[in-house]
Order: sequence, then structure tokens, then C-alpha cells
Amino acid sequence: MADATLQHDAVGHGLPGAYEAPLFGAYSKKVGMWLFLASDSLTFGALLFAFCYVRIYTAWPTPFHVQSIINSTIMTGCLLSSSLTMVMAVFAAQRSDRTWTRYWLLATMAFGTAFIVLHGMEWSKLIGEGLTLPLFPKPAHAAVGEMVDISKNTPQFPATFFGLTAMHMLHVTIGVIYLGVIAFRKWFLPVLGVLWIVGYLLIPSDNVFHWGIHALGLGLIVAAVILFLKPKDYDAQDVEVSGLYWHFVDLVWMFIFPLVYLLSTKIT
Amino acid sequence: MATPATVHAHAPQGFIRKYIFSLDHKVIGIQYFFLALTAVFVGMFLSLLMRIHMIWPAAVLPLVGEIKPETYLSLLTMHGTIMVFFVLTTAPQGGFGNYFLPIQIGAPDMAFPVLNMLSFWTTFVGFIVILAAFFVTGGAPLHGWTGYPPLSALSSAGPGEQLGADLWITSIAIFCVASLMGALNFITTTLDLRAKGMTMMRMPLTVWSWFITAILGLLAFGVLLSAGILLLMDRNLGTSFYVPLVVVNGVVMGHKGGSPLLWQHLFWFFGHPEVYIAILPGMGVASQILSTFSRKPIFGYRAMVYAMLSIGFFGFMVWGHHMFMSGMSPYSAFAFSLLTMCIGVPSAIKTFNWLGTMYKGRLRFHTPMLYAIGFVSLFVSGGLSGPFLAQPILDIQLHDTYFVVGHFHLIMGVAAIFGIFAATYFWFPKMFGRMMNETWGRVHFFITLAGTYAIFMPMHYLGMAGQTRRYSQFTEVAYQQKLLPLQTFMTYAAIITIAAQFIFVINLFWSMFKGPKASDNPWECTTLEWTTATPPPHDNFGGVTPVVNHGPYEYGVPGAAKDYVMQTDPPTGSAH
Repeated sequence: MADATLQHDAVGHGLPGAYEAPLFGAYSKKVGMWLFLASDSLTFGALLFAFCYVRIYTAWPTPFHVQSIINSTIMTGCLLSSSLTMVMAVFAAQRSDRTWTRYWLLATMAFGTAFIVLHGMEWSKLIGEGLTLPLFPKPAHAAVGEMVDISKNTPQFPATFFGLTAMHMLHVTIGVIYLGVIAFRKWFLPVLGVLWIVGYLLIPSDNVFHWGIHALGLGLIVAAVILFLKPKDYDAQDVEVSGLYWHFVDLVWMFIFPLVYLLSTKIT
Repeated sequence: MATPATVHAHAPQGFIRKYIFSLDHKVIGIQYFFLALTAVFVGMFLSLLMRIHMIWPAAVLPLVGEIKPETYLSLLTMHGTIMVFFVLTTAPQGGFGNYFLPIQIGAPDMAFPVLNMLSFWTTFVGFIVILAAFFVTGGAPLHGWTGYPPLSALSSAGPGEQLGADLWITSIAIFCVASLMGALNFITTTLDLRAKGMTMMRMPLTVWSWFITAILGLLAFGVLLSAGILLLMDRNLGTSFYVPLVVVNGVVMGHKGGSPLLWQHLFWFFGHPEVYIAILPGMGVASQILSTFSRKPIFGYRAMVYAMLSIGFFGFMVWGHHMFMSGMSPYSAFAFSLLTMCIGVPSAIKTFNWLGTMYKGRLRFHTPMLYAIGFVSLFVSGGLSGPFLAQPILDIQLHDTYFVVGHFHLIMGVAAIFGIFAATYFWFPKMFGRMMNETWGRVHFFITLAGTYAIFMPMHYLGMAGQTRRYSQFTEVAYQQKLLPLQTFMTYAAIITIAAQFIFVINLFWSMFKGPKASDNPWECTTLEWTTATPPPHDNFGGVTPVVNHGPYEYGVPGAAKDYVMQTDPPTGSAH
């Protein structure tokens, strides 16, 4: 018991006094993140269940051309590479190498941002071809076409596509902000602010991302509150916990990519 | 997030940091308690309006005027939602769980104090949002607490289905997020912050029940969140997850190809565990109180733990029994029916152990004990109708009748409320430092027990006679008029029972300021919250961490000096 207590203090939660060894041997923040991920996996699980449910009961279209698949494969590559750089960041943090922790986190954020940008371009292209949700205005130039027919005849297709990928993209965006705060602390806030304003001004108002950009603004506020409440520096545990989140977001994509993209490929 | 170490260095002094945005789990627990108290009175007022409308549909009431049939549907929707989410989920888990889980395991606070505070204020926002639904154009939604589409997904489907329904879904989504934060905190605290010697099998059964409830909440609310997001998309973005091709008032809606059954699957995957989220903390409190006031160890501690775990486990596999009438395959119905009846086994184990705990004990009939016995009584009488409804064949007859209403009000509603009452009378001295009035507590108990049986027992007969639920009035239909006397009797019983609740509230607030001072351990109970001062200091144990040497329920130990051994007492050779 004495050993267990000692070990617990070594990984401790900052509270004075002696405690029983944690049941699964993990410090509180790590347990908390694992529990959040368990719950979030059920949230995504329910969305994927809904996707499979409507897909089984509907004549499902397979509109994705090879360009879409190449694009989403590159996106997948970005996320997989980002998982690798995230592992490197955790290793660097564990040997207290602050410089390289930052570099690897920056690399992870870069891959994440590349994923978001590529995903955004993909969305814009599909919306331009006429794949939209029923109540969204159709682009004027996309009067006819395969995507327009799909939106009309199988409204479940755009609904599940945009629903699942938007939920995932939201998670990636939160992840990039999360890593940015871990890596750069309050220096990251001006970057977020500038991105928010630039994004709002540059993205035309008829584009769906015009409103999506407010995720950055919200992230800015949340990050500022967190930094206000926790003025001390982040340690290796924080990096490891953020890594758990990041790997989970990648893992979710590994379900969405085959289900949403690969199974809806046009086979010629 | 401030680290717990800095939080506990000194208690915050300013009013706002001390009582409003407090990080102290005890203050947050009391905040949850009063939120639930407010919510329960709102919900109770709505149920009173419903009962009056059923019997005197033309009555013009002060303040609310005449109740229209569609208003009746709004009332039942809001009654169900407020009671289930903001009372039965909030009070036992958020209130008492928050206050006593850390103390009972010997921790100075929750693992994540800031998250704890956010969880309460998010719940508070959710409550404000759902109350706002009363005041928007069209009024509150009328789709019931289960929110079945297409009714809940189409804003033209009824008067309350405009902005009110959006607010209803938003409130539930907010509540999901709040519950996730709370559940995560509870589980982490239980796993990581147990004082030295507090092994899992030495935790009080209350801690076990909050812990298992938190696991259920963690897994169930995530699914409801997804379901709610999809419903919001259906309502506001025109998608068709839940809505098939449907015609409302001769107008073809723009939806096609969706399935209302998808909502039912997602909702009940959450909805059935939610029943256990409401009742499990009551089971824990009943175990604690029955053992304490019988002066005997709890009968079959491990069996109690495993029974709660298996109830939680089976709770996730039985959601289909709410959907027997949805055209489900008889084979699936058979599987769901069998699994549902499996839950009867651990429930019976628990009941048997409660009775075994009381058997040949030296019973002390204080108010908490009366409520704990009342809990067991209601749990049995509400539970016995469960196996009836679990049979698909019988469910065809009983589905959507008053039989179901009687069943879930007895077991999920009133039994859980009795758990809350028992916990209030039991822990009030520790929370507020004064004793509640015993005499008025007993009066409150006997009126409430008799009153709730008088309200909900007749519902079983009405249901078997074929009276359907959710009908706004029974006075105009000839074949239902024969059942009207029973409904009238229930309304009178409801008025008396609701009036009796003011005894409780007056007792609560009067005792808070005028009650006799409580000692540190007025009930001679063994668990850790009774070892510390009354009310507990900011870090619960005044700078020391307790060391636990005993199990939670060592009453009547042979050879001991007193008839109980505190968990922190030094180890004895003879004690187990």
C-alpha cells in the first residue's frame, strides 16, 4: 500500500494528504479525458448509427468521383501524419524538451489546419455542384446536375454527409485551438483573434463557412477564460492529455472516411 | 483551471466567489438542491393544473385562466421534462452526490472543481431556457417528454411546436452537456481521490450508487445529445432524419424518407438508463439509512454492489421494451422482454437485502428511516407492475394507458422523490448545522405516503379498464364517464398531497434558521461525513486527510465499546 501511495503522489493531483492508489493507475486529468472520449464516442456512435440506419433503408447514391477520393485520401494522410507528430510532441514533453514539444505541436496543428482547409475546399466544391441541405439556398449556377438530383431525391445524403463531417470538423477545429493554447499559451490568443476577423471579412456571406468561422471566436473566448483561470504553465501531463483528444479525433475520421466517402464512390 | 492545491489553501472570502461562482463542491451541491427544489415546485404546479383540467375542464383558474386541450398537452410535456431532467436527475446526483461523494470518500473536493462549477451553471442555463418555452409565441411544446417526431420535428404540427419546441430541444442539449461534465467529475473523483484505506469495497453504498449513476449518465447523455442535434437539424435545416413524407393540415411537408423509429431508438437508448439515473441514488440512500437506523450492517454489501452494477449494465440493453407497439419483430421483442425481466433479479436481491437489513434490527423510526421504508414500499409496488409491461402481449393492451403512467410514477417518480426526501431529512443536519422538526417530518411523511398511493394506485385500474393517457378531458365521452369518479378521487388526493408539501418546505426553511443545533453525528452513523465538523469546513476535514480502517456499515459489532464503529476508528483485532 505504501508503494501505491508513493506512486500516486508521484503522478498526483496536487492535493495534500495520502490517498488510495487510483483504480486504473492514471492521474485525474487523464481519467477525465478518457471518460470524455468514452462519452464523445457514444455521441459519434449515435450519429454513425443514424447514418447506417437511413442508409440501409434508402437507395443510396454513390456520387463521389476520383477527385473527391484523392482529396479525402490526402486529408486522411494529413490526419495520420498529425497523429505521428503528436506522439513526437508527447515524447518531447516527457523528456522536458520544451522547444521540440512546441515544434511538434506546431507541426500537428499545421496538419490539422491543412485538413480543415482541404475539407473546406471539398465542401465548397460539393456545394457549388448543388449538394446542399434542403433549406439552404442553392448556388445560382448549379441548376442541374447529379448533386442537385441527389439533394432532391435523397435528402438523407447531404444531411448525413454535412452532419457527420461538420461535427468532425468542429472537433478538429477545437483540437487545433486546444493544441495552440497548450503550446503557446496566451500568445496564441492574438493569432485566434486575427484569424477570426480575417476569416469573417474575407469569406463571402453566402458561404456556409462565413458563420462557421465563429467557432474560432468562441474558441478565443473559451481559451481566454481557461488561461485566466489557470495562469501556470502546462506540463507533460497536459500535452499527453491533449494527445489523447487528438488521436481520438483521428480515430473518428477513420470511421467517417470509409463509411461516408469510400462506400459512396462512383464505380465505373 | 486552478489546481485544487491552490483552491484549498484558503477559503474564498468575497460573496460572489463564496456563494455564487463557488468552486466548493458543498456550495455547488446546495445550489443544485435549490435548483431542483424550484423545479419540483414548477413541475408540481403543472401537474395540479392538469388534474384540475381533467375533472373541471371549463374551470377558469386565477392566473392561468381556462386551460385549452392543447395547453393540457403543453402542461404534460413540461411537467414530464422538468421533473425528469431538472428534479430526478438534478437533486439526487447533482445535489446530494456533489455534496457528499467527496466527503464520504475522504477527499477535500471534486477532482475538477472548475468543471463542477461549470456543470451547475450550465444546468441553470438549461433550466432558464426550458422555462422560456412558456413565454414564446405559440407557447410550450406539446410532444410529451419523449418528443416523438414527426410531431416534434414539424413546426406546423401544433401551436407549441414553433419556437417553444426549439427551446425545449436546446434546453435538453444544454442539460446533456452539463450532465456529461458532472458525470466525468464524479467518476474521476471516485477512482482517484479515495482517502487511504477507502478501498472500493469499503465505499458507502451511496458512493457506489452515485458512481454507477455517473457511468450511466456519461454513456447515455452523449447519445441524447446526438439525437437532439439531428432533431434540431430536421427542424431548422430541413433535413429528414426522422420525418417521412407527411401531410399536415392538407399541406405536404418538404420532408421525405426519414424514420420516426430512428428517434425512438436513440431516445430510448438514453431514456431507459435515465430511469436508473433517477432511481439508483435513491437505492444508495435507502441502503445507507436502513442500515444506520436498524443498527445493523447492511445485509449483503457485495450483493448490493453487484446488483447495482448489473442493473446499470442491463439498463442499456432493454430500450426496445418502450417500442413493442412500433411494429417491432416479435423475435426482437422477445429478446428485449427477456432482458427486461432479467432486471427483476437484481432488483429483487436489493429488496430482499433491505428487508434482511431491517429484520431483527433495533429500528429507530426517525423521519429519514420512515422515508427509506417508504422508498422500499414504493419500489416494490411500482416494480411489480414492471414484469406486466415487459410482456409484449400484455403491453399491447396496456401501452399508452394509465397503467403505464401509474407504473412509472410510482417507481421512477415518487420512489425517487422519497429517496430525495430521505436524503434531505438525513443529511440536513450536516448541510445546514441544524435539525429538522421530527413531528412535522412524520406528518409530512404519512400524508405523502398515503397521498401518493391514493393518486397512483387507481391509475392501474384505469389503465386496465382501457383509459388512455394524454387525453385532456374525460367528461364529454360517454364510455369514459364511468371512470370519472376515480379520476375525481385522484384529483382530490393530488390537491391534498400537494398541499402537504408545503409542510416540508416550511419545515426546511424554518429549521434552516430556527432548528435546534445539530451535533457532529446526530444519527450515530459510521461514514466519513459524520467524522467532520457540522457543517464541514471548506476543505471538508480541516486540513487533515482521514485514514479509513473499517467498512461503511459496522453496527452492533461484538466486543466494541459503542454499538457502532466509525470508518476512521483505529483498527481492532476482532473487527472484520
